[in-house]
Amino acid sequence: MYRYDEFDQTLINERAIQFRRQIARRLAGDIDEDQFKPLRLMNGLYLQLHAYMLRINVPYGCLSANQLRRLAHIARRYDKGFGHFTTRQNIQFNWISLTDAADIMVELAEVQMNTIQSSGNCVRNITADHYAGRARDEIEDPRVWCELLRQYSVLHPEFSYLPRKFKLALTGSPHDRAAVAVHDIGLRLHHDIRGRPGFEVIVGGGQGRTPVIGNTIRQWIEPRHVISYVEAILRIYNLYGRRDNIFKARIKILVNAIGADKFRKLVDTEWEQIRDTDLQVSTAEFERINAHFLPPDYENLTDQDDELATIRTQEPAFDAWMCSNVAGHKVPGYAIVNISLKAPGRIPGDISANKMEHVAELADQFSFGELRVNHRQNLTFVDVRQVDLHCLWKQLVALELATANIGLASDIITCPGLDYCSLANARSIPIAQDLGLHFTNSGKLQQVGNLTINISGCVNACGHHHVGNIGILGVNKRGKEYFQLTLGGSADEHASLGIRLGRGLPRAEVPGAIERIVDTYLATRLDSETFLSTYERIGIEPFRKAVYDPVNPSRRVA
Amino acid sequence: MLLTKKHQNTVDSYIRIGPDDSLPAEGALLVTLAVWQDHWERLVRRQELIGVQLTSDEHPEIISDDIDHLDLIALEFPTFRDGRAYSYARLIRERYGFTGELRAVGDVLLEQLHYMERVGFNSFEINSSDPETDFEIASNDFTVWYQASGDQRRIATMLRLGEKDRG
Amino acid sequence: MAKILIANRLSDGLVVFYAADGSWVESITDGQLSYDDATADHLLAAGLADERDNQIIDPCLIEVTENDGKLIPVDLREVIRAHGPTIAVDRTI
Repeated sequence: MYRYDEFDQTLINERAIQFRRQIARRLAGDIDEDQFKPLRLMNGLYLQLHAYMLRINVPYGCLSANQLRRLAHIARRYDKGFGHFTTRQNIQFNWISLTDAADIMVELAEVQMNTIQSSGNCVRNITADHYAGRARDEIEDPRVWCELLRQYSVLHPEFSYLPRKFKLALTGSPHDRAAVAVHDIGLRLHHDIRGRPGFEVIVGGGQGRTPVIGNTIRQWIEPRHVISYVEAILRIYNLYGRRDNIFKARIKILVNAIGADKFRKLVDTEWEQIRDTDLQVSTAEFERINAHFLPPDYENLTDQDDELATIRTQEPAFDAWMCSNVAGHKVPGYAIVNISLKAPGRIPGDISANKMEHVAELADQFSFGELRVNHRQNLTFVDVRQVDLHCLWKQLVALELATANIGLASDIITCPGLDYCSLANARSIPIAQDLGLHFTNSGKLQQVGNLTINISGCVNACGHHHVGNIGILGVNKRGKEYFQLTLGGSADEHASLGIRLGRGLPRAEVPGAIERIVDTYLATRLDSETFLSTYERIGIEPFRKAVYDPVNPSRRVA
Repeated sequence: MLLTKKHQNTVDSYIRIGPDDSLPAEGALLVTLAVWQDHWERLVRRQELIGVQLTSDEHPEIISDDIDHLDLIALEFPTFRDGRAYSYARLIRERYGFTGELRAVGDVLLEQLHYMERVGFNSFEINSSDPETDFEIASNDFTVWYQASGDQRRIATMLRLGEKDRG
Repeated sequence: MAKILIANRLSDGLVVFYAADGSWVESITDGQLSYDDATADHLLAAGLADERDNQIIDPCLIEVTENDGKLIPVDLREVIRAHGPTIAVDRTI
């Protein structure tokens, strides 16, 4: 992974000093809350329901074991002993004192981490495929470009006061694990017909109260031009994005208002003026950064399918974990291992300081001292020797971190919801806990197969409910929590937005409704059809009847 | 309080002229876009300093042909959250080639001066009891930047090459 | 209905309540209740003054019910602010 040189380090150190001064000015009353708020937000510090919440960047999901240890230390020393991984591959702490925030910045800077622009109306932490550089289906590793774009966007003097927040996601695989179509800019590395790598540029996707699947405004652009092209997009957005209404300020509203063609023309005209400037990525800079992403010292190994098959037959629990949590690796003899933070009844994405330290030990022991945070709020070891899989699994079992549910119905994305968040209308964590237990107890988890359930506690959609196969949105009606269901969403290369099923349900009715949806799928699926395929084939109506009119399925739904 | 690029307090020598004001015969003038457009010929013929102030809705492309006539361009920040003028400033400097005084006016906060300096502003109307000290602190927060933006600061990629040369 | 003044303390962000002695306290039980508009206005004015004085952020009056000596805000959001997350915060997870 990328390691700071003295210049990266200096900048991060100086940022911590700057924030310490800004905090002192605030505490002394030299600046008021209105002036301080954007400054603390651009350092990842929110004021939530209970206290200040600090969001720490995990750049494109890459984390070292030592960084994770430092996060454990921060959790213990400055917070209540645990942290929460988010859908943007970041980690959040919920009870941070303003008077400690600058010290935490220094602690983070010591391990080359920061909180810069993890909030605010600026370019946020760049996210990426958590299998980047390791996936079997990958065409090109996007991480060098992630790092170039990270550096480009940090403290950008022109683009730090955009109309609204701005999120970039990158992938280099045909199978999209980074949800690039629902980002302000999604960049997909692929080959043109002559086999040259380039980026497809998708603009104006997003979730929130106006969910949109992004438009491809360029099929292929040479990677060395990607920064100038992003700058052209950012400049057009900064100049013409709406600033009169916070709900209409995202780039997707601009793209929709003027049309993708007109938007592309504006961007291309701007780009022509800047494409051949210093924004072009030089070979020297590419090589410097690429040196950080060279493969680790893999041993010359062979795949262990036969050996593993024997153990899998003997140990069904290991087999289940292998089926759901382990993915193929591009190097023979290695595997990608996902660590679920979704044990039934637990809080999705939460992890204690103790467990962070244990995971860090395991990363050192089994995966070259590195790990990834993925946007489904789980952790990933990307370089595990297949001969070590059983040993690693046993250790994860001992830590209660071996839940075999990656991609299954209990692997639920959940925002913090009203239990923590000042924007939320309803609680989302208890719903996830209810459903996780429900599916586990029903014993249908394996039978149902791949199914994404995503829960948001308000329309801002941090829980990605629009792109869940089943989405759950918490709303507040006359002071009471209700939950609206959507069906058919997907965040992959066939991204789609869920359709609302019907009126909102009280919390107690949600597990039953989900159960009837799943039973309808099980009863109607053909062969190995996924939930999404069945839904696309039979439409929403049978599910609507199952939820709202289960007694008399022939009656029309009001 | 007006600060110039030398980080000194300065008395603003420009008289502000809006659409309802008559044009004085003498003195440096800072006029709105409407005044500039309506009285362009007269203003250009005066042998005095002349500046135009643009609101954040007024794209500076409108005056890009007039750059050679102008001594001052002032860009308004109606609120510190409105970041359009950062882009305007770069266009004015880097694309239209303006070398005169580029002034930030309106809701100009100390904490934003370093961004403003980097995109090309060299004077600032700012509320502060001790602007010189504040400016000195705020504009020296960082010694490393990642982005080239038309100012003369050496950015990280250049510094890295320098390191390599020395090494 | 009884009202109480809630805010977040500037220095550490914690939820605090305005107490009869003019201080800000972390337990809702120690907060000053108002049963009439005049008291409520007084509380809010005091809170806004402390906000200007950079002690607290976002003071606002919330309605509370009294049940067996326990103060429960009417609005769920304020219940959660006053009494913490409704989910078990499990440090062993």
